[in-house]
Amino acid sequence: MNWASAPAVTTAFLSSLVEAVEALTIVLAVALVRGWRPAGIGAFLGLVLLAFIVLAVGPLLDRIPLHLLQLVIGVLLLLFGMRWLRKAILRAAGIIALHDEAIAFTAQTEELREQAGRHETRLDWLAGLASFKAVVLEGLEVVFIVIAVGAGEGLLGAASLGALAACLLVVALGFILHRPLTRVPENSLKFAVGAMLSAFGVFWIGEGLNVPWPGEDIAIPVFAASFLLVALSAVVLTRTRAENLT
Amino acid sequence: MTMLVTASRMLVGLFVDDGALALSIIVILLLASIIANLMPDMPLAAGAVLLVGSLGVLFANTVKAAQR
Repeated sequence: MNWASAPAVTTAFLSSLVEAVEALTIVLAVALVRGWRPAGIGAFLGLVLLAFIVLAVGPLLDRIPLHLLQLVIGVLLLLFGMRWLRKAILRAAGIIALHDEAIAFTAQTEELREQAGRHETRLDWLAGLASFKAVVLEGLEVVFIVIAVGAGEGLLGAASLGALAACLLVVALGFILHRPLTRVPENSLKFAVGAMLSAFGVFWIGEGLNVPWPGEDIAIPVFAASFLLVALSAVVLTRTRAENLT
Repeated sequence: MTMLVTASRMLVGLFVDDGALALSIIVILLLASIIANLMPDMPLAAGAVLLVGSLGVLFANTVKAAQR
């Protein structure tokens, strides 16, 4: 691993941290209501499905012409990154509510308890399914990000290591604390990751269109800083306007 | 069939949250690719449109969303 892989590894690590925290909240809620067995089996099966997707998609990427791959991944990354940034801006400006792991945990726990009243006999299965769904849904985003930031320049291994480190860190903290990780500054992480993903998106689309970016890979952090600056400006403007209205 | 529709919606939802933002990004992409094809001697022009356009779209979309 060298310095050139730092943006890919950092992006994979931070985005995986956000997704792993969200998945852990659901898995912990399942474990609290029905025990670790259905929570663990659901999460494990989710990881198996994700591994299968990676193994199935990975070799296919080599068959796609590089320029087409850069363009397609670039477009998807830009859509994905700007979606995260938009949400982070609106949350920071107070337009939409911040994502709260404690609230998500309570909601999931209540939902599982309600299900317990309705389908007592199938509850382990339903609880396992909730755990499985959480791991697959959040994990799919991680898989996409790892493939997207790593595939273009042969950094799949490095990006995967970044994602794996984040997931292991979250799982370890979850085991130690036995409660949702509410103190993770999720929205700040979303700003950083959204800016990085959008920057990667613009970079890859440009590469696909034969744009000779000045400084080559150095352009990625510069683009990310530009996205971050614009996002923070949007937060300030929308907050000021909202305050003036009240 | 329902599962397929749900899976497709989930997949689209990964990338598209706000239709207007997604559409604006696609317009910027088309514009950049047209410029790249029309002006192959000035490839940085397409890159500039792509970067500045994306930043502008993000800013305009969030400010507009806040007004709603």
